[in-house]
Amino acid sequence: MDHIVIIGNGISGVTAARHIRKNSDKKITIVSGETKFFFSRTALMYIYMGHMKFKHTKPYEDWFWKKNNIELVKGFVNTVNTDEKILDFTNGTSLTYDKLIIATGSKPNKFGWKGQDLDGVMGMYSKQDLDKLEKYAPNKEVCKRAVIVGGGLIGIEMAEMLKSRNIPVTFLVREASFWIGVLPIQESEMINNHIKEHHIDLRLNTNLREIKADKNGRVKSIIIDETGEEIFCNVVGLAAGVSPNIDFLKNSKIEVDKGVKVNRFLETSVKNVYSIGDCAEQNEGIDERPPIEAVWYTGRMMGETVAQTICGNRIEYKPGFWFNSAKFLDIEYQTYGWVWAKPKENEARFFWKAKNKDICIHINYNKETHQFIGINNFGIRMRHEFFDAIMTNKNSVEHVIEHLADANFDPELYKKYETEIVAKFNQENKTNITLKKKSWKRIFSKKATL
Amino acid sequence: MKNIKTSGLIIFLIGLGFFTAILFVGEFKLTQKDFDEIIKEKQIKSEWFINGIQNKVVGKEFKGTFKISEEITSTLEASNEVNRKNKVWEDIIYEKPHSLSFTILKKSGTGFIVENKGVLWLLTFGLGIIGALLFILPNVILLGKEGIKNDGIYHKSSTNRGWIAWLVLVYLVTFYLLLYFYPDYVVNWTFLLDPISKSLNGGVASQWFVYGFLYCTLMVVMAARMYIKYRHDVYQVVRTTSVLFFQIVFAFLIPEIMISLNKPGYDFKNAFPLDYDFFFEWNLNSLTQSGNIGLFILIWGIVLTLVIVPVMVYFFGKRWYCSWVCGCGGLAETLGDPYRQHSDKSLNAWKLERWLVHSVLVFSLVMTVVTLYCYFSGAQSLIGIKTQWIKDTYSFLIGAWFAGVIGTGFYPIFGNRVWCRFGCPLAAYLGLVQRFKSRFRITTNGAQCISCGNCSTYCEMGIDVRAYAQKGENIIRSSCVGCGVCAAVCPRGVLKLENGPEDGRINSKDILLGNDVDLMELVNNNK
Repeated sequence: MDHIVIIGNGISGVTAARHIRKNSDKKITIVSGETKFFFSRTALMYIYMGHMKFKHTKPYEDWFWKKNNIELVKGFVNTVNTDEKILDFTNGTSLTYDKLIIATGSKPNKFGWKGQDLDGVMGMYSKQDLDKLEKYAPNKEVCKRAVIVGGGLIGIEMAEMLKSRNIPVTFLVREASFWIGVLPIQESEMINNHIKEHHIDLRLNTNLREIKADKNGRVKSIIIDETGEEIFCNVVGLAAGVSPNIDFLKNSKIEVDKGVKVNRFLETSVKNVYSIGDCAEQNEGIDERPPIEAVWYTGRMMGETVAQTICGNRIEYKPGFWFNSAKFLDIEYQTYGWVWAKPKENEARFFWKAKNKDICIHINYNKETHQFIGINNFGIRMRHEFFDAIMTNKNSVEHVIEHLADANFDPELYKKYETEIVAKFNQENKTNITLKKKSWKRIFSKKATL
Repeated sequence: MKNIKTSGLIIFLIGLGFFTAILFVGEFKLTQKDFDEIIKEKQIKSEWFINGIQNKVVGKEFKGTFKISEEITSTLEASNEVNRKNKVWEDIIYEKPHSLSFTILKKSGTGFIVENKGVLWLLTFGLGIIGALLFILPNVILLGKEGIKNDGIYHKSSTNRGWIAWLVLVYLVTFYLLLYFYPDYVVNWTFLLDPISKSLNGGVASQWFVYGFLYCTLMVVMAARMYIKYRHDVYQVVRTTSVLFFQIVFAFLIPEIMISLNKPGYDFKNAFPLDYDFFFEWNLNSLTQSGNIGLFILIWGIVLTLVIVPVMVYFFGKRWYCSWVCGCGGLAETLGDPYRQHSDKSLNAWKLERWLVHSVLVFSLVMTVVTLYCYFSGAQSLIGIKTQWIKDTYSFLIGAWFAGVIGTGFYPIFGNRVWCRFGCPLAAYLGLVQRFKSRFRITTNGAQCISCGNCSTYCEMGIDVRAYAQKGENIIRSSCVGCGVCAAVCPRGVLKLENGPEDGRINSKDILLGNDVDLMELVNNNK
């Protein structure tokens, strides 16, 4: 009987394990040095904010693993010997495998800033990071100010976390506007304003020069590169992106670059070794995707896919249409398909924003054919299945606008904006679209066409 | 703002202090005239009891409720003992000692409390309400921008099962024990509400009037908290207004007004078997003797349970009742909202829930069958079950202990829906309809779930919502009361309560949306 060993118990590794178990009775072991049991990394922030306890972030009760005959081993892998199929742990023990899945996720980027390893400097990725933050920023008395470096999703989450304990936050963003590499300027500016409304000291176009220590080796202040300004703080959050957590593979025979190199079947250069999730690097990006995708959803999809392959149904990793979501303080964000920060040559845009509200949608479509390419929705929820069907059927932007009522996923009784949106679209494009009433029949038949 | 909040808390605690302290004071003096009236009204024949009270209570002054209550209850028990020994059955007093004691105390109240009802109302209820509102209203500003405001819930003693929570539990449990089993000890509360009671129904306030009034007051004040906390969420705002309306108008005002018109006081929304004594002999007698309105209530009660309830559940799910109309639900969604996160989400708790809640449903039905059989046949029992015994047992175990003492008393530690989840027979009945024949579901939005667990944490019914959402499955659970908080707290817009076609309501997928369509088809169709 094959022994499948999975390094990493994040969403990718655990999804792989669950699906292998669903389809086979192979021996499965999950190795993790972070925590014994799987927890949802995306929920770490809520523990610090007091919305949840750690136990609430565990999607499966502790008995689940034994019941499903999935063995859990706590420890850090030191080296991987692919010739003898042995893993050596830092604590001196070892483990043999028949098939190995590397799903070790990411680690926060550090760009060689002076003082980046001081006490009080941390990322926000692992359970250990959370424990550190709890230690260095338990309240506003101990942590009089925190500085966050990096204007992305983790940065804004850290800012929100610290604000929940009334700790003053300075937020350094290298770019001219928040997450402007991903978001179009309209959305990005809306978020800039929202951040400021939350009394977060947002500094755009601002880089970190160095982090200064006090005499005990703890963070005392930071220096801003552009101005030389010194900001006194007790905690520095590094949130300038993440990169694959694969240092332990340096001396192995597995080919690595930034991440573990994999083909479309998620197979590495060594037979019977696979890699999935944040740490896997495709030889070439799939469609418009980057070669490394550090996203919850893609990790899960890779887990589902590799499980099929390992269970004898060898299939390619074929992520469907891109989708993602996030929450910026109080503003929810979902996206389906692609809406680039700047339109490409052949693309046209339709943007609508509710008056005096942080609610907007931004649709990207083909200038010539009018085929729908993607949508960003902020402060308004949309149906995933609706847009998946739209993109599968290559429907036009007009079709989407006409059927917006079917797409809406806001809670019942919420104010509806479809009429307003349709009117704006008609006005801008000199069209004459009338909104169709929401139809359960259509919503379900769309599903059927998948 | 913070200062207003703090002073609100202090004022509230002062009000609560007066409210509690008032139980330990008061003067009581039973006049001969009042005692004679009570004897007549209660048809008391026991000489032993009458003489005992004449000697020990009538004309004497008592400070506080405990001593006089002790005299009355011990005399009653001694009297019954003697009469049992001598087999003088007709002299035995069946009324519960503390209940009869309440009747006597209510008539004997005298002195400061009875003479200053208005002032004392202001010092207790008045300060409590003002203080609570001052504590709650500044949140409009203090909570900041609209949105989900659950910061610090697990850091606070009051909402994280700390000592404050335990203190509240002890207070609530004691309150219910006194209310149900020692009403004479809380007779002073009823004096404070006499003026309001008289203006509504013409009579003085009973302990049940106090309970009803307090219930409405708590709901109104805590609804203000709900309105502020969920001001971005129209569903929550409308739903809160709905439970408030049904509690105040249907459960409180209409019955009181009916009583003032000499009609049976009936809560038109309280459906059997939650309204477990609807088919009790006394109620049927009262209804059949009340002319057309009685007949109407009788038919309405039956139609409500057999037709309206299931049909509405078919179209809207059980939420239309449990979180939009029901009084128990109303209290849970207002007073209980700060504790919703304490429901147990484990599989074992779910198993226990199914056993318990369906057992109570069966219990209530068996009791009703026995009661109705005996009512129509004139027998005392059915297949060896005595009607009086089963009614008393149900009223005691389920009506008082489960629904009251445990159901509400345990809010701060076990969550706000203990009764609704584990005990309510109506919820069990609605749940069966919801599970097997309904258009209601919580739709999961494709593959957008990130397994964060906010939904499960804040599900007051202990449903592990995430377990479904992360698999892309819709949530179809008999216990779901449709409060909508899972959808509200979801940071990624994954959940939506909706009513739609039954077809495809329960969906199960092997591979989530997002993977290439071929892969999904392949895997899902191979099953």
